[in-house]
Amino acid sequence: MTSLATPATATAADPGSAAAAPILTGHDLHKRFGVTDALRGIDFSLSPGEIVAVMGPSGSGKSTLLHCLAGIIKPDAGTVEFAGRRIDAMSESERTQLRRTAFGFVFQFGQLVPELTALENVALPLLLDGTRRADAEGRAAEWFPRLGLDGLEGRRPGDMSGGQAQRIAVARALVAGPAVIFADEPTGSLDSLAGEHVMELLTAAARSAGASVVIVTHEPRVAAYAHREVIVRDGRSSGPVAA
Amino acid sequence: MSVPHAVLGLLQQGPRHGYDLKRLVDRYFAPDHPVAFAQIYATLARLETRGRVRLESVERAEGPDRRRYAITDTGVAELERWLTVPLDPEPHLQAALFTKVVLAILAGRPVAPIVDAERHAHLERMRELTAIRRDSTLPIALLADYALFHLEADLRWLDLTAARVDDLRRDVLEPTEIA
Repeated sequence: MTSLATPATATAADPGSAAAAPILTGHDLHKRFGVTDALRGIDFSLSPGEIVAVMGPSGSGKSTLLHCLAGIIKPDAGTVEFAGRRIDAMSESERTQLRRTAFGFVFQFGQLVPELTALENVALPLLLDGTRRADAEGRAAEWFPRLGLDGLEGRRPGDMSGGQAQRIAVARALVAGPAVIFADEPTGSLDSLAGEHVMELLTAAARSAGASVVIVTHEPRVAAYAHREVIVRDGRSSGPVAA
Repeated sequence: MSVPHAVLGLLQQGPRHGYDLKRLVDRYFAPDHPVAFAQIYATLARLETRGRVRLESVERAEGPDRRRYAITDTGVAELERWLTVPLDPEPHLQAALFTKVVLAILAGRPVAPIVDAERHAHLERMRELTAIRRDSTLPIALLADYALFHLEADLRWLDLTAARVDDLRRDVLEPTEIA
């Protein structure tokens, strides 16, 4: 088993260990839903190119944290800053624009548009941002061989396996060249092998594109693809926060 | 299970005889595999040699002398070190992890930091193995997978335990005979 010994360089190239200025930060974030405090003063920081896993028990606030960081919802208090801009102070339309151009998303069940083909689904963020159809589909098509999706361009989501659909979702998240990809339980609906495949492709594609990734997961094997983990418990971060 | 640390943890609550230690070690840490008296006495002798326990008193009665041991400052420091430094994450750690959790409860200290430290150490090792499997041949990748699945099982157990610490504390502490 010596071949499984700790490699000297296995994690030496972690972007998170570099002293680079963070690209995305959340500071003292609070969010309440009705009588439930989902976030209670949590801090978060993401470096360029860094992959961070957000873990914690069900209901601990990890998805709420992701939604605040991604500008999907506004925190009740605290600040979210992306590349020097305050997301929490933006209007809804500004946040929508930011999500289209700077962020990519992968959700547990893909959330592909069932009426569109795989190619159209991948091209969708570009089309919504005003790119001409031919250009958008041309850029989308480049992702198919990179993610092992050759030949699936014309299929609709209902005619694909869960693993294939999730790889389409990964391509859609990456097509606009986002700075940050948010993935919420990206392998939650897949078996082990398909899940590993999606994580290999997601992290490799993010690395080659220089994108940072925030992964919400309860699966340790998924978290092991990240450079470090943040544990959320009762709306606060907990445990070692190795940076 | 680490018998020396279990003994130190029980002695931190107060001086005890070897007989009491054997009974409590069985009850808390080895209900399905009782330890031998000889192992407890050998452990006490080694701990005494290393200055981690000291003989506090000898009660002379009918039969053999009853020797009562107390933990030393060195023993307290060793126990503290063992509780707070994560174990090397390897498969089949469950007995040692369980011992740590129960000892933390007996000592009245928070369990969450211990669980968090162990989780972090496990994930660090899983990151190494994930990097290894990415760049290796299939046989090596499958060996890494074997280790990854076992470490993941430990982590799932840690998370479940962390979620049930309050119940476990009630179960462990309710009997008052350990005082």
